[in-house]
Amino acid sequence: MSADAIVLMVITLTVVWGGLIVAILALRARPEREDMPEGGNDDEADGQGAVHGGEHE
Amino acid sequence: MSGKSTPASAGQNPSARGEASRDKWSSQTAFILAAVGSAVGLGNIWRFPGEAYDNGGGAFMIPYLIALITAGIPILFLDHAIGHRFRGSSPLALRRAARGGEAVGWWHVAVCFIIGLYYTVIIAWALSYFFFSFNLSYADDPGGFFSNEFLQAGEPGFSVDFVPGVLLPLAAIWLVTIVVLALGVSKGVEKLNVVAIPLLMVTFTALVVRALFLDGAADGLDALFSPDFAALADPAVWIAAYGQIFFSLSIAYGIMITYASYRKRRSNVTGPALVVAFSNSSFELLAGIGVFSTIGFLAAQQGVAVADVDGLTGITLSFVTFPAVIAQMPGGALFGALFFGSLLLAGLTSLVSVLQVVLSAIQEKFGLNPRRTALWICIPMALVSMVGFGTTTGLYLLDTLDQWSNQLGIVAGAFLMVVVVLWTGRRGQELARHLSAVSTMRVGRIWLATTSLVAVLLMYMFADKVITLVSEGYGGYPDWYIAVFGWGTLAFIVVAALVMPAIPWAQGKQDFEAWPTRAQLGLETAGHATGNAHSDRQGGVS
Repeated sequence: MSADAIVLMVITLTVVWGGLIVAILALRARPEREDMPEGGNDDEADGQGAVHGGEHE
Repeated sequence: MSGKSTPASAGQNPSARGEASRDKWSSQTAFILAAVGSAVGLGNIWRFPGEAYDNGGGAFMIPYLIALITAGIPILFLDHAIGHRFRGSSPLALRRAARGGEAVGWWHVAVCFIIGLYYTVIIAWALSYFFFSFNLSYADDPGGFFSNEFLQAGEPGFSVDFVPGVLLPLAAIWLVTIVVLALGVSKGVEKLNVVAIPLLMVTFTALVVRALFLDGAADGLDALFSPDFAALADPAVWIAAYGQIFFSLSIAYGIMITYASYRKRRSNVTGPALVVAFSNSSFELLAGIGVFSTIGFLAAQQGVAVADVDGLTGITLSFVTFPAVIAQMPGGALFGALFFGSLLLAGLTSLVSVLQVVLSAIQEKFGLNPRRTALWICIPMALVSMVGFGTTTGLYLLDTLDQWSNQLGIVAGAFLMVVVVLWTGRRGQELARHLSAVSTMRVGRIWLATTSLVAVLLMYMFADKVITLVSEGYGGYPDWYIAVFGWGTLAFIVVAALVMPAIPWAQGKQDFEAWPTRAQLGLETAGHATGNAHSDRQGGVS
C-alpha cells in the first residue's frame, strides 16, 4: 500500500472506530441523566394508550 | 369524550388496559441493537465500498466524515426526538408535531411499504446463495448462473412465469418476517436483533479477517484508500458522500421515529443515537476493507489491476463478483457461507424495521393489535411481492422500484419532514430542549441550524434526480415500463400521503400531553402551538 493510502486508512479508522468506542464508553459511564424533569412515568397516558383505550369505549 | 379521562377509563377494562400499555424495548441496549440492526443493512455491505472507490478513494473519507457529522447525526437526532417526544408511528408522531405532519408520515409509510416488497426478495436470494455456497453451484459461470439459471431473467416487462427457485425462499423469508412482526416489538423485533446483530458482527469480522490474508488484499486496500484529492473539488463527490450517509443510516423515512417511540419516556436519547451512528459507519468501513481485500485477490488471480475489475457495487457485487472470487478461493465454500449469511442477517434486521413503520402506523390508525396487523398487512404484501418478484421479470421491477422509492421517495420524505417540523411547524427549539432535557449529550442552535439546512441539500438531490430520470429514463427500460412502475411508484406514495390523513383515527379525539411539558422546557405555552401543541389533533378530522 502507498503511504498516503495508509495514512487515510488509519485516520478514517481512528475517527470512526474511535468515535464508536468513545460513544460506548460515555454511555456506559453515564447511561441516563439523573436530573430529568419531574414526571414522564405514566407511560399508559402517553397517547398510545389512549389510542387503544378508545377502541373499547 | 375528554381525552384526559381515557387512560383511567381504559384502566377500568382489563382487556383494554392490556392493549393500552404501549410495547417497550426491554432495555437501552436492546434498543441500540435494534436500531443498529435497522441501520446496518445491504447498503453498508454493497454500496459503501463502491461509492468510496468511485468518488476519490481515500479522499472520499473526508466528505464522508463531514456528512456524518453535519447531516447523518443531526437528522438521526431529529428522528429520535420526534419519535420519543410525540410517541407514535410516523403519521401519529408527525401529526402531533406539526400541521401537515400526518401526510408526511404516510409518505414515509408508503415508501416503507414499497421497500418492504422488494427488500424481501434480495434477502431471499441471499438465503438461496447461502445454501448454494456449500456445493459452490455458482462457481463455473457466476454471471450466467445468476441471470439465467437462478433468476431465469427474461426481457423487461411483466411476466407471470414463476421461478420456483426464487419463489420458495421468498415465501420462507416472508413467513419468518411475519412471525417476528406478529410477536410485537419487544417479543419479536427485539429478540431477533439481540440474536442476529452479535451474530452478524462475529460472522462479518471472521469474513474480513479471512479476506485480509488473501493474496492481493493490500492492492485492493490501496485502491480503496489511495486519495484523489482533486475529486474534492467535484460537487458530485460531496453529493455522493451525503447520499451514502443518508441512505445507509436508515434516517428520515419513519424507521427511527417508529423505533424511538417504543422507548420509555425517561430515556437517554442522544447518547444511544451516537452509538448507532458510529456503529453504522464502523460497520461499513469494515465492509469496505473486506470487500476491497477480496477484490484485490480477484484482480491478482486474473492478473489485472483492481481498476479493471467490474461490478463493484450492488446486486452485481454480491451475486456475481463475489461468487467469482469465492470460486477461486481456497476454502471458498466457508467464505461464501459467511458472506451470504451476513447479507441475510443484515438484510433481515433492516427489513423488519422497514415493515414495522407500516405496521405501527396501521395499528394506531385503526386501533388493531400487533398480531392482527402483521397478518392483515403482511400476508397481502407477501402475495404482491411473490407475484412481482418471484417471476422471470422480478429483477427489473426490483431495480425500478428501488430507484424511485429510494432516490425520490426517501429523499422527498426527508426534506418534507424537515420543512413541516422545523421550517413551518417551528418545533426546533422544543425538540432541541427535549433532547437536552432527557439526554446525556445536549444539543442547541448548531444542531438546529444544520438539521434545518440539510433540507436544502436534499431538495437539490431530489430535483437533480427528477431531471435525470425524466430526460434520460432509467436502465434502458421501455418508456411505458418506467411510466407504470417508476413514476407509478411515486404516484402511489403521493396518493397515500394525501388520502390517508382523511381517514379518521380509530379512537376519536384524544388529548396527548408531551413530556417534558413545554413549561418544563422553559417554553411559552401560549403562541402558535397553544392547544394543538399538546393535543393530538385527530379531533379535527374525526
